[in-house]
Amino acid sequence: MNLMMLLEMAAEGFGSRVAIGPREDGITYRQLYELAGSASRRLRDAGVQHVAMADVSSEALPITLFGAAWAGLPFVPLNYRLTDEELAALASRVAPAVTVLDPEAPDRLEGVSGAGPISRQDLLAGLKSESAPEPDWEQSGDSAAILLFTSGTTGRPKAAVLRHRHLVSYVLGSVEFMGADEEETALVSVPPYHIAGMAAILSNVYAGRRIVQLPTFEAAAWVDVVRRESVTSAMVVPTMLTRIVDHLDAEGSGGLGLPTLQALSYGGGKMPRPTIERALGLLEHTSFVNAYGLTETSSTVALLGPEDHRIALASDNPEVRSRLGSAGRPLPTIEVSIRNEDGAEMPAGEPGEIWVRGEQVSGEYHGLSSQLADDGWFPTHDGGQLDAEGFLHVTGRIDDVIVKGGQNVSPGEIEEVLLGVPGVMDAAVIGLPDRQWGERIVAVVVPSIQAPPDAEELRNTVRGILRSNRTPDHVEFLDELPYNETGKLLRRVLRTNLAHLGDGSTS
Amino acid sequence: MVILKPGARFTSNTCDGEVIIVKGVGEADLRCGGVPMSPAGGETVTGELSPEASGGTQMGKRYADTEDSIEILCTKPGEGSLGLGNALLDLKEAKPLPASD
Repeated sequence: MNLMMLLEMAAEGFGSRVAIGPREDGITYRQLYELAGSASRRLRDAGVQHVAMADVSSEALPITLFGAAWAGLPFVPLNYRLTDEELAALASRVAPAVTVLDPEAPDRLEGVSGAGPISRQDLLAGLKSESAPEPDWEQSGDSAAILLFTSGTTGRPKAAVLRHRHLVSYVLGSVEFMGADEEETALVSVPPYHIAGMAAILSNVYAGRRIVQLPTFEAAAWVDVVRRESVTSAMVVPTMLTRIVDHLDAEGSGGLGLPTLQALSYGGGKMPRPTIERALGLLEHTSFVNAYGLTETSSTVALLGPEDHRIALASDNPEVRSRLGSAGRPLPTIEVSIRNEDGAEMPAGEPGEIWVRGEQVSGEYHGLSSQLADDGWFPTHDGGQLDAEGFLHVTGRIDDVIVKGGQNVSPGEIEEVLLGVPGVMDAAVIGLPDRQWGERIVAVVVPSIQAPPDAEELRNTVRGILRSNRTPDHVEFLDELPYNETGKLLRRVLRTNLAHLGDGSTS
Repeated sequence: MVILKPGARFTSNTCDGEVIIVKGVGEADLRCGGVPMSPAGGETVTGELSPEASGGTQMGKRYADTEDSIEILCTKPGEGSLGLGNALLDLKEAKPLPASD
């Protein structure tokens, strides 16, 4: 149960297919296997405990990931967008290490004890002329394969520990070996330090789907690569899809569209309903998949498939239509349970915390004890509910729940309503201190320039659809909402920037 | 008899076949081509492929018993069929999921 088993099977089963890079002269699966083997020897010889990487996506990413797996060292992709100081702090936590750096910024970790910086070029230099050692990776699957620092939107980053058995179970349970045709190509534009970036490599290697990488996301470049490389599938976070849709819209009816793109999956945050509806309209021949998962669950645990999207979009039944905003159904290898604060399981239609169980669920952080219950269940800290047909509706982080007058108010349900109002481009709902009610509900809305909505009209719309205690006490208009680069809304930043809209009391 | 546990690997004694256990724990009479399999990296014997167990295995396919209590992934194909004792395992046809990565 080692990640190397996946690559070994790919090299055996379809070694001459291109694994990564251009169709003409990219790296084949056989070559990737050999390169990983050669890299493993160098990594072992370094006598370190981790293999870190603070670099954009390149061919060095899969080589280093599999090379570390072969060498028995955890791979630690670091967020290269952090400041030097923040990066140094994370690098120190995994020292002694080898840290692969962007050749554009080779001095970033100078002076950090045990960081072992090496530029991508130096790591790859001469690798092709070496031969791989005999396979001798660890077989049990119990050792750590990847450490992923969580984005730290709520404090000091924690490192999720994903063991080989978690990741291999995920791939075996969700991907068919050589399930892709030789012509298929996946475009990866999520960064390596996002769980989706890691899962993309593992899943596509096992499926036999060629990977092309877009190191820095930008909508026009993304669309260009899809056309130039005849990309057939891609995964994007919500902010990326919004920009892609804007770009395609701007191209207008004279645009080329994306005729090769068969499948587009999205996840990593709440997708604004207007974005997905526009995308479905613009890309008629593309199948959409919404994937819900967490770093701690080795990526996807539930998904809304192409058929589900079509049925929901075409339905007049509000319950069926609302599934367009759902995470779909759990994977066959995953159990989902909705529980209240006392741990009691809630029936369909009742909200609570989402708990998941399955072989791919790690629920473990570096230096902390396991967060799994004795029976294997993991509390996601996401709120949600299952509907009568088993569709999972995710309402957002439980920590984001607003408590007004003793009533729990989930920002997600109010945001959902606001996003359905014409003229609302984006919306977020936060709680701010209020002496009388504990917290007051503040809606932050990005208005369209052409037809900005009226604050009172927005409050009335929410009042008309949800219970009256959900009505925003205040509506604030902003030009844009703060997101991190992987599309996570930074509610903490909003609460800080808009603190003057509270009354300064502490709850 | 061999001890099964997820992640354990076994090699065939009748063909090139190799497998990894995906699901299943405990002692079992795991066979390939009608002859008991050996733990990977351990000692092998030369067995004769039984005609009753010569349907072969396919790379990347999964095989399970009728109760679905064990599940085995073929990591290297061969001419022998997998079995528990004389009962052959069935090819498990999983409905493919849409790509989400």
